[in-house]
This record gives sequence, structure tokens and C-alpha cells, in this order.
Amino acid sequence: MTMLHTVNKSPFESKAFDTCLGLAKSGSTILLIEDGVYAATTGNSVADKIKNTSDINFCVLGADAQARGIEAKLAEGIKVVDYEGFVDLVAEHDTVQAWL
Amino acid sequence: MAKKFMYINRKAPYGTIYALESLEVVLIGAAFDQDVSLAFIGDGVYQLTKGQNTKGIGQKSFSPVYMALGDYDVNKIYVEKESLEERGLTLDDLQHLVWEDEDEDYAEKDSIRLVSRSELSDVLDDQDVVLSF
Repeated sequence: MTMLHTVNKSPFESKAFDTCLGLAKSGSTILLIEDGVYAATTGNSVADKIKNTSDINFCVLGADAQARGIEAKLAEGIKVVDYEGFVDLVAEHDTVQAWL
Repeated sequence: MAKKFMYINRKAPYGTIYALESLEVVLIGAAFDQDVSLAFIGDGVYQLTKGQNTKGIGQKSFSPVYMALGDYDVNKIYVEKESLEERGLTLDDLQHLVWEDEDEDYAEKDSIRLVSRSELSDVLDDQDVVLSF
């Protein structure tokens, strides 16, 4: 079983990202969308959590990062996907869990 | 007598409607010749990042409106230092907001004041009306 997790809340405003990270299994994917994209930026107090998690694929929806002006600050190793890539991720995984 | 109005912005832009609604109310307040200050704390500091391009998400960007605030005599924009640092941001990541001082031959001056939490606490204490977004 592989699961796609989506997080749409800022990690500074909500526990959604932390909860997701705590429950996500090795080999699963976490896609950051909307205000969730802030978790993927470098130099902040959340950055280390992604850096220290090597067995989960982290993706970011590019349009949401561009809208917020943070594209240049995305951490290394985070894959940027477009809306078609989002659909592909949904199709590739067995289940989708949206951490609203 | 003009009252001192402070608008506190604590939410990131686009994910919720708060940032845009705050801007609308700020411009209304400024039109009534009140003494307006803005504070950006927490995720609110993300409202001021430069290079916002909303083409991909099908929403109108209100980022350029912050540049116009100076023309409405809204030139006291407080950004909390601790909130920037927690998010790995510096002043260079934010738009350079300015206003023209008509008492000094329209000299261009910075609108953003980088303040510590305790300094902001004093500014807040000095207000007549506080509105939170």
C-alpha cells in the first residue's frame, strides 16, 4: 500500500504537517499544496524535519509556491509538480489522505 | 480628531481570504483620514514577500496593492522581526515599500519598520482601535 498525503495548511499555523509526518509510512508521498508549501522552504524552524526524513517523497505544487513568491526558497530534494503531476500522483498511489 | 487604527495581519495570503479583506478595510480606513498603522506578525509576514505570481492558481494577485499604500498615507508598516526569523526570511525577501514625504520635497522614505516583539507590544499599547485579520 502506498499513500499520497496532501497538506494545505501552513506548518506555523496548524499541526496538520506534523501529524501527517508522524503517521506517514516509509515510501509514501507528501504533497504540499496551498499554504502547506511554506513547509518546503529553507532556513525556517520546520526545514530540519523534511531534511531528516529520507524515506518519504516530498512534493510541492509549483503554482502555489509561485503565487506565494517562495519558489526560489524551496529546499533541495523537493520535487515541484504541476496540476497534471498532482493527478499522476493520485493515480500512482493506492489511497489519498488529505490533512485538512 | 483622528484616531489611531492598527490592523494586525496574521494570515498567509491566498490560502484564506483574510489578507485581501484586511487590505480592503485598511484602504477604507485611510480614506477617512485616520492615523493608520499595519502590523504583520506570524504567517502575516508572508503577505509582503516579493515575486508573487498567481497566474498558476487562477486568483488575482493583490501583492501590488501594498506598493500603493504609501499614496494613501499608510506609511507605518510594522514587521515583527521574530516572525521573519522563524520563517527563514529577511527584509530582502519582502517588497520594498516606500512613501513620499510632502513636507520634505516628496523625499522617498521606507514604510516598513522592522520591530522586535517587545517594541511592537508598545506600539500596540498606543492604539485607539485594533482590528485583527
